[in-house]
Amino acid sequence: MSAIEISHLTYIYSKKTPFEKRALDDINLSIEEGSFVGIIGETGSGKSTLIQHLNGLIKVQDKKVSSVVVNGLSATDKKTLKQLRFEVGIVFQYPEYQLFEDTVKKDVAYGPKNMKLPAEEIDRRVRHALEVVGLDYDEFAERSPFELSGGEKRRVAIAGVIAMEPKVLVLDEPVAGLDPVGRAEILALIKQLQKDVSPTIIMVSHNMDDIAVLADRIIAMHGGRVQLDGTPSEVFCAREKIAEIGLDLPMATRLRDMMVARGLNLPDGIVTPKQLEAALVALKNGTFGGDKTKGGEPSNV
Amino acid sequence: MFRDIAFGQYYPTNSLVHKLDARVKLLLTILFVVVIFFIKSYFGFMLTAFVLTVIILSARVPIMSVLKSVRGIIFIILFTSILNLFFIKQGEVLVSWKIFTITKVGVHTTIKMVLRLVLLISGASILSLTTTPVELADGVESLMSPLRLIKVPVRDIAMIMSIALRFIPTLFEETNKIIAAQKARGASFDTGNVFAKAKAMMPVLIPLFVNSFRRADELAFAMDARCYNATDKRTKMKKAKIGLGDIVALLFMLSFATVILLDRYYFGTVGITIDYWIFGDLL
Repeated sequence: MSAIEISHLTYIYSKKTPFEKRALDDINLSIEEGSFVGIIGETGSGKSTLIQHLNGLIKVQDKKVSSVVVNGLSATDKKTLKQLRFEVGIVFQYPEYQLFEDTVKKDVAYGPKNMKLPAEEIDRRVRHALEVVGLDYDEFAERSPFELSGGEKRRVAIAGVIAMEPKVLVLDEPVAGLDPVGRAEILALIKQLQKDVSPTIIMVSHNMDDIAVLADRIIAMHGGRVQLDGTPSEVFCAREKIAEIGLDLPMATRLRDMMVARGLNLPDGIVTPKQLEAALVALKNGTFGGDKTKGGEPSNV
Repeated sequence: MFRDIAFGQYYPTNSLVHKLDARVKLLLTILFVVVIFFIKSYFGFMLTAFVLTVIILSARVPIMSVLKSVRGIIFIILFTSILNLFFIKQGEVLVSWKIFTITKVGVHTTIKMVLRLVLLISGASILSLTTTPVELADGVESLMSPLRLIKVPVRDIAMIMSIALRFIPTLFEETNKIIAAQKARGASFDTGNVFAKAKAMMPVLIPLFVNSFRRADELAFAMDARCYNATDKRTKMKKAKIGLGDIVALLFMLSFATVILLDRYYFGTVGITIDYWIFGDLL
């Protein structure tokens, strides 16, 4: 069953003024439940506009032509808008800048409270959400979110969204501005989220390495259109297109290409460090069959 | 939500008006605003509209960007128009219905007031459309510099002003982002009574304040790191100089002001006569 159905979605900013800008241009997408979709694209490619359509933060402009349906809820239906907001949880860039309550507990409870849930249910969800993001309830619940570290704040903010237990979780640049340790922790957390909280995850990122490791489908956008759509291997094998729309290849793919240029015989479609490692091990053991005639010495690389 | 705010938006073109000294522009804007309150006749309004058109054309800014700032005060205009229209009871009665009466004097006062407000805001917006915040702050600093004799921290005030101007668009953008984030958590800002609405704004205002303080801190550090201090020894990279264009602009605006003032105090009925000549029985 597809969790998200988008058809003929077009969105124009500042319509009918000289500043008119086509942010989305006839987007058609169907996202399966349980998939981890990565969205990549330059700044201004329409990623943010697209994800804000999913929970109705941006209204569908032309209701006759475009439609956005999430788990059977139409984004154009005003009556179910609230329900849609809770169905699709969006964690925006730098989510720690949205914290406002005097305790972590109250801040995480803001979403569930807006859902008008009973007090016990809110409490259960706050405990669960904090546990999922790896913050000890007894230690953090009564502390002020403003006295936490950057990584902890971000966890609290993410907890604030997952406490609504959305069926679809959208993360916009979730590791931007974090140190390497913080990045690794949040990325591990996101993987865990798919198992524990929200089956369908959409992640927007500028970091091709993160996306290549996490996503099982990648959508590359440019100029408000979907330019590439497929598995990480398929998308990153379209090297010319990727360069044309101003994106980079993952480090592992670039390394693989350099090694191939030096004469190593490695298969195409390598996008993660693990895959590269496996291919190199296979090459060394002779299972893939290295091309010795090109004279490449593995020790040189 | 704040996409359409035009006031305070610099519109870069390389026009004569842009090149004028910021101090001259500031003074002329003040003169223009004051003069508008001395206009008596429709002739005066037409002259002002003509002068404004000349300024807009020579500034080469789109007329829409000027009118956009008028849109910002449309409610004030409507509100005061209604008050004027229904509460002025002098003169010949045009329409009378229950307690409402509309008189000829009321209609004319209202029209003139609307014209005054529109011209005023349009004229003032030319200043911000053609002057960068930095130039503006420098201009204010220069004009206020005599106050330094009585220990007013003019340089600090100018710096505060230019920083404040610089951060207006940033804060709007930030506000929109926070609103989106809280809406995504189920916040609604348009339901309930006034108190409920005010309370609903707290999740937006608190992060906005916290972020502003954080930003101010960072900015202060960055300024300190570059040894900023507002002492008298500071020199300017660009020193403003009064040029030929400034003198022309000054003479142009002064002659305009003179005509308006003469129309009010000395011509007696000249402006009014021209009004009758154009509009005839409508008056």
